[in-house]
Amino acid sequence: MRVKLKAGPEQRTFIDRIEELSGENVFACYQCGRCSAGCPMASEMDLLPNQIIRLVQMGLLEDVLRSKTLFLCASCFTCESRCPKGIDMARVMEAVRHILDPKGKDAFGPGEISPELAKELPQQVMVALCRKFAK
Amino acid sequence: MTVKTKKKEDKRIGLFVCHCGVNIAGVVDVKKVAEALKDTPGVSMSTDYVYMCSDPGQQMIIDTIKEKHLDGIIVAACSPTLHEKTFQEAARLAGLNPYQIEIANIREQNSWVHSDKDKATKKAVKIVKSHVAKAIRNENLEPIKVDVKKRALVIGGGVSGLQAALDIADHGYEVILVEKNPSIGGKMIQLSETFPTLDCSQCILTPKMVEVSRHPRIKLLTYHEVDSVSGFIGNFKVRIKKKPRFVDEKLCNLCGECEKVCPQIVPDEFNMGLSFRKAIYMPFPQAIPGTYTLDEDHCLGLSPVRCGKCKDVCEPRAIDFDMKETIIEEEVGAIVVATGYDLYTMQALGEFGGEKYEDVVNGLEFERILSASGPTGGVVRRPSDGKVPKSVVFVQCCGSRDTEKHLPYCSKICCMYTAKHAMLYRHRVPDGQATVFYIDVRTGGKAFDEFYQRTVEEDKVLYIRGKVSKVFKEGDKLIVWGVDTLTGKKVEIEADMVVLAMAMVKTDGVQDLLKKLKISTDIHGFVAEAHPKLRPVESLNAGFFLAGCAHGPKDIPEAVSQASAAAAKVGDLFAQKELSHEPTVVPVNDELCSGCGICVTMCPYGARTLDPSKGVVDVNEILCEGCGACAAACPCGAAQQRNQTDDQIFSMLRAMLRE
Repeated sequence: MRVKLKAGPEQRTFIDRIEELSGENVFACYQCGRCSAGCPMASEMDLLPNQIIRLVQMGLLEDVLRSKTLFLCASCFTCESRCPKGIDMARVMEAVRHILDPKGKDAFGPGEISPELAKELPQQVMVALCRKFAK
Repeated sequence: MTVKTKKKEDKRIGLFVCHCGVNIAGVVDVKKVAEALKDTPGVSMSTDYVYMCSDPGQQMIIDTIKEKHLDGIIVAACSPTLHEKTFQEAARLAGLNPYQIEIANIREQNSWVHSDKDKATKKAVKIVKSHVAKAIRNENLEPIKVDVKKRALVIGGGVSGLQAALDIADHGYEVILVEKNPSIGGKMIQLSETFPTLDCSQCILTPKMVEVSRHPRIKLLTYHEVDSVSGFIGNFKVRIKKKPRFVDEKLCNLCGECEKVCPQIVPDEFNMGLSFRKAIYMPFPQAIPGTYTLDEDHCLGLSPVRCGKCKDVCEPRAIDFDMKETIIEEEVGAIVVATGYDLYTMQALGEFGGEKYEDVVNGLEFERILSASGPTGGVVRRPSDGKVPKSVVFVQCCGSRDTEKHLPYCSKICCMYTAKHAMLYRHRVPDGQATVFYIDVRTGGKAFDEFYQRTVEEDKVLYIRGKVSKVFKEGDKLIVWGVDTLTGKKVEIEADMVVLAMAMVKTDGVQDLLKKLKISTDIHGFVAEAHPKLRPVESLNAGFFLAGCAHGPKDIPEAVSQASAAAAKVGDLFAQKELSHEPTVVPVNDELCSGCGICVTMCPYGARTLDPSKGVVDVNEILCEGCGACAAACPCGAAQQRNQTDDQIFSMLRAMLRE
């Protein structure tokens, strides 16, 4: 199937919104793939982090929102620390997740974790879960 | 020229075998080679050393020549293309004729290509023995001397030609600058702004144009064409055709009355046919020389009976319908070829619709659309209906890097100018979308990649990695079908305008001229350099120098650097009192020559002519580059190359095949 790349305002709005929410310039990405190369979750993802940002550049909103990648991202910031163009990919992921669930309903809260489990979980996992599933 | 040489039986030859570190000694037993040759007739001493080309190595050669009274030496080392000159100079310092030096190549043709030490050593012995056979037959030679005419001809008045002319003139020599168009300026004067600094192209070029026109040592010949060139380095005779302008440039006061009354409207070349001019016209306001030119092909017939309106209104009486084409002759010592480039035709890529749709334009046309002096005054408007395009698709590599169907090479400047086009378009139309289709983005150059990154990051130009399959029309939109190989998606874009980055190609109009100059070109018709790394601004043909895109695709800074380099080379030539030419040429033995003329057709340099009165071939030794093609072809043995005679070659073969 041929994808229509519209120069129109709706595509522009999506890109602008992602840039506004993330504070990142997605056009800075030159597709070197370093984010995907170092991503610890990449093997589980249907779209690699660099593919996500590429689809954002092209304004292909639906392809991005359909992806499992958004919730597999561990927010570990390996990509951000290595990006040669200084893009914080984790923030871009976060921005896309915001667009996906604008209603702000909490899918997860700290109360859902048993105190025993909470003792063993690294703090970063708690933060990541809240980032992804709570508003 | 030969001078008195000892008989071969009396010659004392010295042999110096080089280790070249382990380059040679790692495979060839160099001591064994020196030892094996010690008793060969003619060899009076032999030795080896780790680096013959080093200072101590050369000193050893010089001292040994003096001590042992050597009449010739053989250096068994690398290819003669590398160090023949070094050892010739060492010989000269020792008082030995430099043409008594033989280089036996035991590196490139032996140690580098073999691994069997024993066999390689035996081969080295054979190679050196063959050179002994040659060395005892070498004659003392002296370089051929010739005078230099210290004036240069520069062909082409684009930025390269202008720079070369200015530099040569500033070196203190006279220059004749020939431009076939009515004005100098070339392609650069048509550009809008130049990457990566976005200087206005006209603003930076016009000062150079003015400087050329006012320079006391530059004779500017616009609307002239080089008709033929004869002679040789330092002594060329040039015939230049003066095309009739039909307007006396000294009388024309640029009042423009002629243009107003001229009824003939033709496409304007300066604006790439995007606007119109009259048959009597000035190419652009800053044209130099500042004069009107009457275009003979479009004038109503140059006959006062048929039209003559321009002549009637011309107050200074500058228009003269009776002007004729004339020929002028000049003598020069060097020629700079700066004949520029053309764009590959859009016809060749029919699937992109460049021929069918007005709104599919090439890079130069888009330059004019962006230019403040262009047909739209710098407002981006599409040619078909003058609307401001809200979506522009740029397609890179149109014809370039297509080995099968089009041109195999990279046109080098398109990545940068496309980034510039997209950036300038976004500046002029802030709500417009710019999309670029590319295969690779190649932006090597000072501040080039930063410029490209700015186009993407700041001006939000969407770069799509992939080629376009076709462009077609739907309503008043152009539909572009292509692919983004990064996502694997086939894409479709609605565009108002498509800009094709057509490949840079040779200038068609000058191919005849290049043939007449007998100057060598590469397979794409660009002028060939003498050596791709070490002699990049000289032609293989002595006395010719290259500047700019005549030599191949390049950007303005590179063209200007090359022009300055070519000018410096011309300066080198003119700084000499007289020229020395290698004496290893191929003269003719009149008594043996049958006048068959085979060698004349073999000679790539035009050095040989058949003298009809004597019935034998005449050789211009200055033109002869000593390639030996004629000597190999001559059926009578009349063409013998100096120090490379048939006798010497057969002796070498005998020496090599003995055992």
